[in-house]
Amino acid sequence: MNNTLDKLLGGKQGAIGLALLAALILVVFPLALDAFRLNMVGKYLTYAFVAVGLVLCWGYGGILSLGQGIFFGLGGYCMAMFLKLEASDPESTKIQSTPGIPDFMDWNQITELPLFWEPFHSLSFTLIAVIVVPVLLALVIGIAMFKRRVGDVYFSIVTQAIALILTVLIIGQQGLTGGVNGITDLRTLKGWDIRSDEAKLILYFISAALLIGCILIARFIIASKLGRLLLAMRDKEERVRFSGYDVASFKIFVFCVGAAFAGIGGAMFTLQVGFMSPSFVGIVPSIEMVIFAAVGGRLSLLGAVYGALLVNFGKTYFSESFPELWLYLMGGLFIVVVMYFPNGLAGLWDSHGKRWLARLRRKPQAVATPAPVVVASSKRPTPELETTP
Amino acid sequence: MNSPAGFQAAKPVLAIEGLTVSFDGFKAVNDLNLYVDRNEVHVVIGPNGAGKTTVLDLICGKTRATAGSIDFDGRELTKMREFDIVRAGVGRKFQNPSIYENLTVFENLEMSYPAGRKVFGALFFKRTQEVIERVEQVAQEIMLGDHLHRQADLLSHGQKQWLEIGMLLMQDPQLLMLDEPVAGMSVSERVATADLLNRISQGRSVLVIEHDMEFVKSIAHRVTVLHQGKVLAEGSMEAVQSNPKVIEVYLGH
Repeated sequence: MNNTLDKLLGGKQGAIGLALLAALILVVFPLALDAFRLNMVGKYLTYAFVAVGLVLCWGYGGILSLGQGIFFGLGGYCMAMFLKLEASDPESTKIQSTPGIPDFMDWNQITELPLFWEPFHSLSFTLIAVIVVPVLLALVIGIAMFKRRVGDVYFSIVTQAIALILTVLIIGQQGLTGGVNGITDLRTLKGWDIRSDEAKLILYFISAALLIGCILIARFIIASKLGRLLLAMRDKEERVRFSGYDVASFKIFVFCVGAAFAGIGGAMFTLQVGFMSPSFVGIVPSIEMVIFAAVGGRLSLLGAVYGALLVNFGKTYFSESFPELWLYLMGGLFIVVVMYFPNGLAGLWDSHGKRWLARLRRKPQAVATPAPVVVASSKRPTPELETTP
Repeated sequence: MNSPAGFQAAKPVLAIEGLTVSFDGFKAVNDLNLYVDRNEVHVVIGPNGAGKTTVLDLICGKTRATAGSIDFDGRELTKMREFDIVRAGVGRKFQNPSIYENLTVFENLEMSYPAGRKVFGALFFKRTQEVIERVEQVAQEIMLGDHLHRQADLLSHGQKQWLEIGMLLMQDPQLLMLDEPVAGMSVSERVATADLLNRISQGRSVLVIEHDMEFVKSIAHRVTVLHQGKVLAEGSMEAVQSNPKVIEVYLGH
């Protein structure tokens, strides 16, 4: 088989795992769920972008960022700015004292579109910015931190502080950013109404396809020498450094990739949910995103997707019934996973699920199911752990 | 040994002059002068706390000097970054075997292959026939030719030490620095290691820190005794062993 293709698919097992995930999100969900629920799943999948990036940064690179919401938010805000400008044409804002600028600016006595909003009139600029803006910030943070060998807990704390600063900044600059309400009332993309059920279905599929694309890119990175170096650095950083590698540059790279994934996720979130606000940027959402990756298994790209889906299903279900308890439950879940299942659902699947599957295969007559693999995937949606290639 | 056979031939590959490092006023290495010649196996001995490991740390850039210079083949190492020092041709083995335990012997060696050292180089690094041959050749040299596909944490302690030496050999360094390479090894492993060092010192210089006097005798061309961060004595093993100052502070114990 072609070497690159093999790397992308992660061997036979990796290909099966990915095919099952693709079938689940591209076929099963769209067929089984109504428009409202499918839109919700689409929203969860945008968090999965962040979780996949965290598998690279945290699981492989050992860089625990507690501020991925920053990059999710930046991607989301870039997209929201474009959509808001389109929704604020002079015709539909003619009752404002300054027509043609976003409504929240008008309410804040701003009479001219701020300079940094101008380029977001262009869709192509916006699409580039969705990736480039988070990556640039990650690059600056990465150079500042990793070149000085700030690592471990200190890095996590700094990322958290930056998430907080960004939230405060967005809320404080209400006239420029929409403040605590965020950027709302987004309607069309180049004249295409994103609020209709049909548009939401298309956006769902775009989001799912992009997610699979990100997983393939991540697999390529993990299967390359760079992936092995990341693992080596996590365990024996000195040895890698004194083997002639600039350790910081590899950390910066993987942190930037994580930021790019998060930015794409954020933009798809804005498109599907129809608004963006600081509540997706700060500390709490950032930590939630880490929990998705931890629950799914921090060494498993596919596990991260299942983690994001499961935790969010749980959140929706429990916060409807016990809104006050949810945060405690989530905190408890995180502690239990870290203490008892450090490799998350993917680790459980590796240690128990596969044995169970093997037992099913050994007596195929006794079990009258057509395909045990499918049973396994729907009952316990956990992929195999992608250990070192 | 120091024959006046022309300036070029006598010029040492590593020249440490006036090297001092101070940790909060404590001078772990104090105005040290040390020279390593080409194709020389130079052993540094000394009591605990004499500053032996610190000297290696200073050469490879892990610790920064307070004063003095380290000239390696015409380049000043005290100002260079760690990975640049490695790329200039200095390899360093740590005291405890420092290998990637989750990877196989092959992968451990491959990680030190001097290609694909930058981000995008590593991303598109290919395991070519050249790489495979080099790995096999080095594995043969370090007596692990039959264990290429074994996971590294399943190796014996001695084999792990050899593997780390092999990882350095992959980079073909001009100067190889080994911190207590035979600590914890069996007698037969020590003999094999001495043979290994005598083989690999052809065409390169080796700087070794060691406590085991039998082992030192079997490899050293020249011995330097460090005491309280300074050179106490230098010369052949016999000369050093009969030096009264050395006997007093170190060997006499």
